[in-house]
Amino acid sequence: MSKSILVIGGGFSGITAALEAAEVGHEVYLVEKSPFLGGRVMQLNKYFPKLCPPSCGLEIQYQRIKKNSNVKCLTMAEITSVSGQAGNYEVAVRIRPRHTPPNSADLSGLAQSLSRNISNEFEFGLGTRKALYMDVPFAYPHRYVLDKQNISEEDKKKLTQSKLIDLEESEKTITLDVGSIIIATGWKPYDVTKLTTLGAGSIPNCINNMQMERLAAPSGPTQGQILCPADNKPPQRVAFVQCAGSRDENHLNYCSYICCMASLKQAQYIREQYPESEVTIFYIDLRTPGRYEKFAQQVLADEKIKTVKGKVAEVEEDIRSNRVWLTVEDAIAGNKMQECFDLVVLATGMQPSIAGQALPLNMPIDEEGFIIGGEEKGIFAAGCAKEPLDVMKSAQSATGAAMKAIQTVRGR
Amino acid sequence: MAEKIGVYFDQASIGPFLNLEALSEKVQNVWGKACPVVKIEPFLASEEGHKTIQEDIDAGTIDSVCICGSSPRVDWDLFDFGSNILVERANLREQCVWCYSNPDGSPLNPKEEPPELLQAMATDYVNMSITKLQKTEIPDPEKVDSIKRILILGGGWTGLNSALSCAEAGYEVVLLEKDKELGGYTKNLHMSFPLSYPFTEYQETGIDQKIETVKGNSKITVYTGTTLEKFDGQPGQFTATINSSSGQEEISVGSLVLATGWQAQDTKYLEPFGYGKYPNVITSMQMEEMAKNGKIARPSDGKSPKNVVFILGMSKVMDNFAQEEETEIKRKAEEKEQAKEEQSEEEIAIEEPFEITESYRHFSYSNEITSLNALKQAKYVRDYLPQSISFILYEHMIVPGINERYYQSVQDDPGIMMTKGEVKSVTGGSNDNLIVAVENTLLGEDIEIEADLVVMPTGIVPTTAHDPVIQLNYRQGLSLPELNLFDGFADSNYICFPYETRRTGIYAAGSVRQPMPLSRSISDAQGAALKAIQCIESVNRGMSVHPRSGDLTYPKFNFVRCTQCRRCTEECPFGALEEDEEGTPKPNIARCRRCGTCMGACPERVIYFDNYSVGQTSSMITQIKVPEEMNEGGPRILILACENDAYPALDMAAQKGIKWSPYVRIIPVRCLGSVNTIWIADAMGKGQDGCLLLGCKYGDDYQCHFMKGSELCQRRMENIGETLDRLGIELERVQQEQVAIDDYYLIPDIINNFVDNIFKLGPNPFKGF
Repeated sequence: MSKSILVIGGGFSGITAALEAAEVGHEVYLVEKSPFLGGRVMQLNKYFPKLCPPSCGLEIQYQRIKKNSNVKCLTMAEITSVSGQAGNYEVAVRIRPRHTPPNSADLSGLAQSLSRNISNEFEFGLGTRKALYMDVPFAYPHRYVLDKQNISEEDKKKLTQSKLIDLEESEKTITLDVGSIIIATGWKPYDVTKLTTLGAGSIPNCINNMQMERLAAPSGPTQGQILCPADNKPPQRVAFVQCAGSRDENHLNYCSYICCMASLKQAQYIREQYPESEVTIFYIDLRTPGRYEKFAQQVLADEKIKTVKGKVAEVEEDIRSNRVWLTVEDAIAGNKMQECFDLVVLATGMQPSIAGQALPLNMPIDEEGFIIGGEEKGIFAAGCAKEPLDVMKSAQSATGAAMKAIQTVRGR
Repeated sequence: MAEKIGVYFDQASIGPFLNLEALSEKVQNVWGKACPVVKIEPFLASEEGHKTIQEDIDAGTIDSVCICGSSPRVDWDLFDFGSNILVERANLREQCVWCYSNPDGSPLNPKEEPPELLQAMATDYVNMSITKLQKTEIPDPEKVDSIKRILILGGGWTGLNSALSCAEAGYEVVLLEKDKELGGYTKNLHMSFPLSYPFTEYQETGIDQKIETVKGNSKITVYTGTTLEKFDGQPGQFTATINSSSGQEEISVGSLVLATGWQAQDTKYLEPFGYGKYPNVITSMQMEEMAKNGKIARPSDGKSPKNVVFILGMSKVMDNFAQEEETEIKRKAEEKEQAKEEQSEEEIAIEEPFEITESYRHFSYSNEITSLNALKQAKYVRDYLPQSISFILYEHMIVPGINERYYQSVQDDPGIMMTKGEVKSVTGGSNDNLIVAVENTLLGEDIEIEADLVVMPTGIVPTTAHDPVIQLNYRQGLSLPELNLFDGFADSNYICFPYETRRTGIYAAGSVRQPMPLSRSISDAQGAALKAIQCIESVNRGMSVHPRSGDLTYPKFNFVRCTQCRRCTEECPFGALEEDEEGTPKPNIARCRRCGTCMGACPERVIYFDNYSVGQTSSMITQIKVPEEMNEGGPRILILACENDAYPALDMAAQKGIKWSPYVRIIPVRCLGSVNTIWIADAMGKGQDGCLLLGCKYGDDYQCHFMKGSELCQRRMENIGETLDRLGIELERVQQEQVAIDDYYLIPDIINNFVDNIFKLGPNPFKGF
């Protein structure tokens, strides 16, 4: 029987669940498959409605982790098998090699000298990174990581010469004994290539809402300057297309919760950066639940932000100018119109990260990949692994999940 | 007590850029026996490095460690030598070597001799770290014997769930409900909107079973028909005085979950649409009652309605109310400001009077609930009266997230018509019918619907909008402070930390915190339950809770010097200080979050922490060597940087290769609220030319993790402005800037601009005295 808890996923929900349980006094293993904690939240510029930077909350979380020896953090780590039952689970974890020293040694020079510029997933393809990188803001753990798949022979020589790099470091597998499990695997942006009427991701100046966050973020590829990707020009006319993939029987059959608020927030980014700009938000319903109404009213008080109820039927590129044409049906005026914009942001929905993949855990999931049960097994879903949520409600969900995990290990 | 400090220089991180031998020699000359070991090691952040230091500790040669190398924010796990060995990190990498540029802007060249200015900076930082260690004690925590019992206020849906949650984790629970029956408003529900997959149908609430389960749980003591009279004490040792039919009783508890839910919004907002005038205009609550009683009928004649109209959108009407109320709110705010200004210096307002915060805004805040309710109740109509039609008139259907599936399933019902539109008016027709006029619809034209029943939405107003509820016997007042920031909701100001309020040990859940559907209240109840037990456990170990979780230090008071000015009592964001008859503060350590605001407020240096005190920072400031001639050695500027935002931002800027003026010396502080003006006086007195305070944004959307820190600091700086002026020191020498953690591209400019200004002002007139 174990009183320890396993949290799968080191994003905001996972970090919250781990800390809340650890501060009650339980040992918690926080397992994250990427090299750094922070998840999606780290990719955001600011949160609504306060427009505060995610690094602020994450900094406090990392301070709490550093002070609490109950939290055992494993990055580059994935669960490969789970066996047992509530109160008594044996979990195999595969840890991929980082190849770098277990400290904050400055490898920036070596990193820059490597040959390849690799498309950076963190930037959603809007920027590149080197094979040796620590590219996320306020990286935790504060350690470089080597992407061994992307080095040339030249690179290999340089890396072998460095006393700080261990190219031969191999993968290892460890076993954890835990009493309960929290699944906090989060979400991924809906695959834009499936949105064939909306450009399918092939139009450079038609981006998704997460790419917009990267453009606006100081840590992003343009250091926070929002520029049209096709030609690096500042946009003057910007359109937001809500429900790109959500609330659609052909794509996601639910509402992704955050996209209306996110577009309002991003409209404000643009208006602040470019005082002469104009923004139009094409929506089905403008979902600003609860006290978010206050934020919506503040943003929409800006005369240069327009909202139009209407479904966007088509997105096309004007190849000569790189501008983007939208064909919209204005639901109230009842007419169809075509408008041209410098930049179009698709408010793409969120899908559970594990949609389409199998977790090595037998958990009931619905048709979209959300976890819908399994609690009797002492396994609890938290955050967006369970349903689309914003940051505050993910933290709430994770705290609730931590409570249930504690109940399980203490034996009801 | 750090009497034998081992000083270790890390060649790997700073070696190429500094003359470590020279530094090492200097340390030995200045500190002598206080630093019996001074070593230069090739690579401290390693097993070998750790071993070297551990050997010196084991040999008894040293009792504390000063690591000169990377920032304290990294490699923390590599410099742990057990809880009896103090470790201090001199940030010579990020905030010295990495950020250094010569006064002419040229970068460091590791092939050349390190510039004097850089050596001087490094020397200062090492000396500051050593003196800091000397003025640090190993934290000796005050453990509070905690009562492992939680008081849950409110026996409705959220309270019941929270009670079960705590009990299932092994804690005792006292559940207080003011009504005779448990269940709250949920007992009045016929059905709930979907609670579980597939989220396409309304469901039984299960409230009766829940009530039975709670009653049957041996760990839960239920009091109904009982109110809270007074709540006193501190986390771990609260005393609740409760009033029931059998009289008054005192109960000891460790923490509180506030789950007192909501009440219906004043129906005056519905009157423009005929509520109160026409019998067949009812509220959503009244519709629910009818459904629960098994029959939906028109109040006027008891007949079944054929056309039921649900009105959700009322923005034009609400705008009118808004205009009236906003003018009133503004007037009241101005009155309050004026009263504050007229208040004399002597009278500090410690207590915050309670304000009623129900307003027109609660209508729009209820949008998710009212949208879901309309869908559910339209379905009731269809289920009870299959021949009847329901119309839902909305401006936006606020059914976010997974509940969208419910919306879709209701849309599929041919007997339910939904359209976006603005309701212009509701007027009386024949037979007590209503004519609902709608414009800007999706139907291409303005329409009129003849309804025989109109259902208006019931707005959700938290109980804390009308009453302090928690009845705290705290010097600072009865309720959670600043409820008006959240329109009466007992919410947290932090997106990342939903349960953190300004009263430690008190956690809110459910509709008293935010308007939320029943499904989300369940997880909220569990979340608050966890925070409630976590608080008890932390306090039991003598540890602080969020955000300085695990901190074993706490404010200690040397009352001999206290002049009863009561600034600490007033300014403590958490109400941790009570006071005796003379006005001497009485600390309640378990309420404290260890921010040090009290320490910053005290003009007499009464308050200190084991590892953080006015004297400690003052001696660090003294260690900064100030050149006698500003023209030759440059100015010296003290930067007090909040460790939660400015300090990490500076590390990040340095990591990105950004440089700033070599004339500044950075000291991290727990919060700008902990900055004592004595430090400014010390810096000026020692001839430093300027002082820059870097911390978070304040105002309604405040960022401060301790609520008021940067705002208080700003106020204090304004106050010392007069003092400085009288001494002939220009006010511009002391500035506070609001920065965020992601302002790492901006902060170096802020610093450099400040330094430029100091050059323009010239040297501190007190330099060399």
